Amino acid sequence: MARISGIDLPKNKRGEIGLTYIYGIGRSNARKILLEAGVDLDKKVQEWTDDEQSKIRNVINDKFKVEGSLRSEVQMNIKRLMDIGCYRGVRHRSGLPLRGQRTKNNARTRKGKKKTIANKKKAPKG
Amino acid sequence: MSRSLKKGPYINVKLDKKVQANIDSKKKTVIKTWSRGSMISPDFVGLTVAVHNGNKFIPVYVTENMVGHKLGEFSPTRVFRGHAGSKDKAKK
Repeated sequence: MARISGIDLPKNKRGEIGLTYIYGIGRSNARKILLEAGVDLDKKVQEWTDDEQSKIRNVINDKFKVEGSLRSEVQMNIKRLMDIGCYRGVRHRSGLPLRGQRTKNNARTRKGKKKTIANKKKAPKG
Repeated sequence: MSRSLKKGPYINVKLDKKVQANIDSKKKTVIKTWSRGSMISPDFVGLTVAVHNGNKFIPVYVTENMVGHKLGEFSPTRVFRGHAGSKDKAKK
């Protein structure tokens, strides 16, 4: 069982994929880590030796920001935008998209599930 | 696409002059501007800039965190008053 930065990695997956279970590491970063640690990309997570594991851990600790610290950094960035009262901050506050997308319809990722409004007239069909 | 680094940040020339004059004279007056696209440079910190939003000038007190943003970001051009019939409308 490989445990890196507080996350249990899946045993039966290739190292390149397994590492992506860590927040902040995707495919390309996973490749970089494994190359730097000198671990074969095709090796499964459970096949890693203790030595390799510690190497991987060192690489991540030295060069990458992952999990908690990365999450808090993102939150801090959002908080900064909200505190200075700029347009993006305002949009964060009101839970709407920041980058000029339309909000007449769609935008459900930011707005969340549809809230049905009673007695709302449907637009007549053209 | 982002602006070419070669050119440096865009700051309206007249606005920049006014800011420099304001710093030199040591007294802080509100600078009116229509130049919403101008980048806030470190010189602006501590000044108050009144940024036009198409209707009126919104006073913006510039803090250190705002450096690198543009003036228009702090002067909203649209007012959302809520939808018709919604209970908690007209919050502002």
